[in-house]
Amino acid sequence: MAAPRAPFVGRPMLRREDRRLLLGEGQYVADLVLPRMLHAAFVRSPLAHARIRSVDLSRAAAAPGVAYVLSGMQLAQLLPPVPDHQVALPGKWRTTVKHHILNPQQALLAADKVRHVGEAYAVVVAESRYAAEDAAALIEAEFDPLPAVIDPEAALAPGAAIVHEQFGTNLIAELSAAKGDAAGALAQAPHRLARRFHHERYAALPIECRGVVSEYDRRTQSLTTWSSTQVVHWVRREVAATLGMPEARVRCVALDVGGGFGIKGHVYPEDLLIPFLAREIGRPVKWIEDRHEHLMCSCHSRDQIHDVEIGFDDTGRILAFRDRFLADSGAFNPIGSGVTYNTIAHLMGPYRIDNFAAEARVVATNKVPNAPYRGAGRPEAALATERAMDLVAGALGMEPAEVRRRNMIRPDEMPYKLGIVYRDGEPIVYDGGDYAGALDKALAAVGGLAAFRERQKAARAQGRHLGLGIGCYTEGTGAGPFEGATVRIEPSGKIYVAGGACPQGQGMETIFAQVVADAWQVDIDDVVVTLADTAAIPMGFGTVASRSTVTLSAAIHHASDRLREKVFAIAANLLECGPQDLELRNGTVGVIGVPDMAVPLAKVAQAARPGWDHGRPAGIDAGLEDTYYFEPPTVTWSYAVHAVIVEVDIGTGGVRLDRYAVAHDCGVVVNPMLVEGQIIGGTVQGVGGGLFERFAYDEEGQLLTGSLMDYLAPTASDVPDIALVHLHSPSPLNPLGVKGLGEGGAIAPPVAIANAVADALRPFGAEFNSTPILPEQIVRSAQQGASRWPK
Amino acid sequence: MAEPVTIRLTVNGEAREGRCEPRKLLADFLREDLGLTGTHVGCEHGVCGACTIHVNGEAARSCIMLAAQAEGAELRTIEGVAENGKFHPLQQAFHEKHGLQCGFCTPGMLMVALDFLRHNPDPTEAEIREAISAVLCRCTGYRDIVRAIAAGAAAMRKTAGPG
Repeated sequence: MAAPRAPFVGRPMLRREDRRLLLGEGQYVADLVLPRMLHAAFVRSPLAHARIRSVDLSRAAAAPGVAYVLSGMQLAQLLPPVPDHQVALPGKWRTTVKHHILNPQQALLAADKVRHVGEAYAVVVAESRYAAEDAAALIEAEFDPLPAVIDPEAALAPGAAIVHEQFGTNLIAELSAAKGDAAGALAQAPHRLARRFHHERYAALPIECRGVVSEYDRRTQSLTTWSSTQVVHWVRREVAATLGMPEARVRCVALDVGGGFGIKGHVYPEDLLIPFLAREIGRPVKWIEDRHEHLMCSCHSRDQIHDVEIGFDDTGRILAFRDRFLADSGAFNPIGSGVTYNTIAHLMGPYRIDNFAAEARVVATNKVPNAPYRGAGRPEAALATERAMDLVAGALGMEPAEVRRRNMIRPDEMPYKLGIVYRDGEPIVYDGGDYAGALDKALAAVGGLAAFRERQKAARAQGRHLGLGIGCYTEGTGAGPFEGATVRIEPSGKIYVAGGACPQGQGMETIFAQVVADAWQVDIDDVVVTLADTAAIPMGFGTVASRSTVTLSAAIHHASDRLREKVFAIAANLLECGPQDLELRNGTVGVIGVPDMAVPLAKVAQAARPGWDHGRPAGIDAGLEDTYYFEPPTVTWSYAVHAVIVEVDIGTGGVRLDRYAVAHDCGVVVNPMLVEGQIIGGTVQGVGGGLFERFAYDEEGQLLTGSLMDYLAPTASDVPDIALVHLHSPSPLNPLGVKGLGEGGAIAPPVAIANAVADALRPFGAEFNSTPILPEQIVRSAQQGASRWPK
Repeated sequence: MAEPVTIRLTVNGEAREGRCEPRKLLADFLREDLGLTGTHVGCEHGVCGACTIHVNGEAARSCIMLAAQAEGAELRTIEGVAENGKFHPLQQAFHEKHGLQCGFCTPGMLMVALDFLRHNPDPTEAEIREAISAVLCRCTGYRDIVRAIAAGAAAMRKTAGPG
């Protein structure tokens, strides 16, 4: 009998994507050229909040090379705003969670008012991008400026200017969740502590900005749109709805996508407008967002202010946790309550907290809209909870690690029912993990806590300031509602798989080939994978929320299970045996225990063909194909502990990351090499949020960080080599036992760094409760601390 | 609009010619007029480094040069790094060490690294990090790029082949 070969799942397979990308042969949307293609440029608001009095397009329309001009006022007569399908909430959530949500739908071009600097109010289409931008500069608009709503707290005060007048308030959503009796437990707690934490606004910053190319075919009345998106099926659905076309006549393809991280995870106005223009003009239209546009119109994220009260006893046991927070949603709220409820659902993290209450208020302001970005509400939750843990430790004179350990849910308590529901409306149940084990491993990986305290003491004696910070989190991953997979065996014997997931560098073409090769016991080179194309599978959800490995691998598994029955029925007919006697081995279907009796999958697929001389038994229809839509019962829970050692220069305010370690658990690993890449990449994005990245606005709502000269992202010299420790608690919720991990790395770094800097400056009595931590804060804290507590 | 100008230059060892407006950026000229879309544009203000190419043997950002400035120059782009479809040792190292994810910064990263390794064929990790801080990568967190460049440098020293 042929020895079963080692599974592909679990191996660090090199990526099949790499060749084209390394040779410069990848194709991103900006690289796409179509015959007779035109180029669009948008005219974007220079003001944060203003009524549009008039838009004069005449000079632009007459400019050389211009094919088409359109203002928001004209468009308002032609097209509805961005549909609100993307904020749909599951019925179970709506009936369980207390909420009140208003949805300000965004016009595809601003018509009555502009609501943030960068909101588009007109578009020019011309023979080249240069010509389109020239003409765009000729459009003259008159505005009546309105007071800018910038501070989310001031936005709620009586008399504040209102961003969306139809609501009469800037409070566009309220949500809450609770367990136990937080108020009562707080009142009775031996110790209480209250603090405000602010996670500043920052964003995904993919190196490829967004872009859309659309082409309309008049003969078949069909439209193809290529978008740099994470959700091709959403885009197709909204394009079809907006343009009044059957979905079957709209195809959306994402080519190679140069990073997404959530910012490309929903439908933007340009995703609908460019297809409209292509149909209207009758020529292909291309729009490639430039970096300046990206920073002032692609969604920002984070930006929450948390007021936390925490009650605890002498041993450091947390008795109650209450958090009231504001989320600055900017001018629109494209994903509804997604981010804020995520924050609520993740506030308890890995801890047993019997009395808990969280209330979120979502506030409209005149800033770029806020939408999910890697972590999507979880980094804000981690900032609040993990800073609070350190403050509790400080109040009791305990090690922060010890306070955490005493409150962590133990492995023997798994599965652990948390006591509130998830975003899908299902009760949260942690499905396995060793949180304290991860904490110990992360600390060991930065050299051990005791050794660090010695080192810190020695450094302090020399006037150097070292600090150690910890950040722990749990993360619901692999969210529903579904993902689809089609599995087909071709007469050549190749196995073709299409899925609704849309990669942006994760290596999905490789990992799903690994999954399929194992499911069918074939060589990985015999697997063909197609993703990010609505023509390949009728329904798909897309790649957001750390979900694709979990949901698509499960869909592939179930589709393969069903298809295998058919394959065995036909193979049994060919081999003249019973299907129960068969197994898959090395690209064949063979009789168990009889090595010589086997039929290649290609032969089975040929026998399955429709028509004369097929080899199917009676009652088995033609073709070898199955499509399965996996609907996960609920999310599966990954977790990690980050530990970082920093050295702080109190003279310059500089923070140097000395050592950084991540101990994480994402269940069964499909490709360890790619898992490490995801975690380290996410962690460095989080380092950006901890030390560098921030969208700053002045009081008139002007964006002060509108270029990469002002908005700083981490470079290679800003980060150390990051140590990883892997734990494996397979998920019971899907066939492979995988858990999601795409977002995780970005969740903990801001708070871990804040804790480390606070630890370093403990002699000065300094607290760092907002991120990013800016050099001036460090210098000021050290100076104030030194004057208050002279050495 | 100014009259178009004719630009003659050498790209990846081949004589090329194109006509464009005098204001056209070199990156756009390469991509649109010469069809070399391997060079990517990430910021158009000379910060992200994705558009880095070699101009007369030195790394340069093609988004802050005009095409007209490259008249008569010798350029090398990502399309000229592999030979007959065979990976350069540095490309091979990026493949083996997972030095890329989405691939958008990768051409710029490779062109910066090739230029750097020509000047410093046996760099330390810190030197590699300093050199590639000229290119923003948002996917990898840099670790595997640093490892790929170290491995690529070692392979290049062994083969002593073209840089």
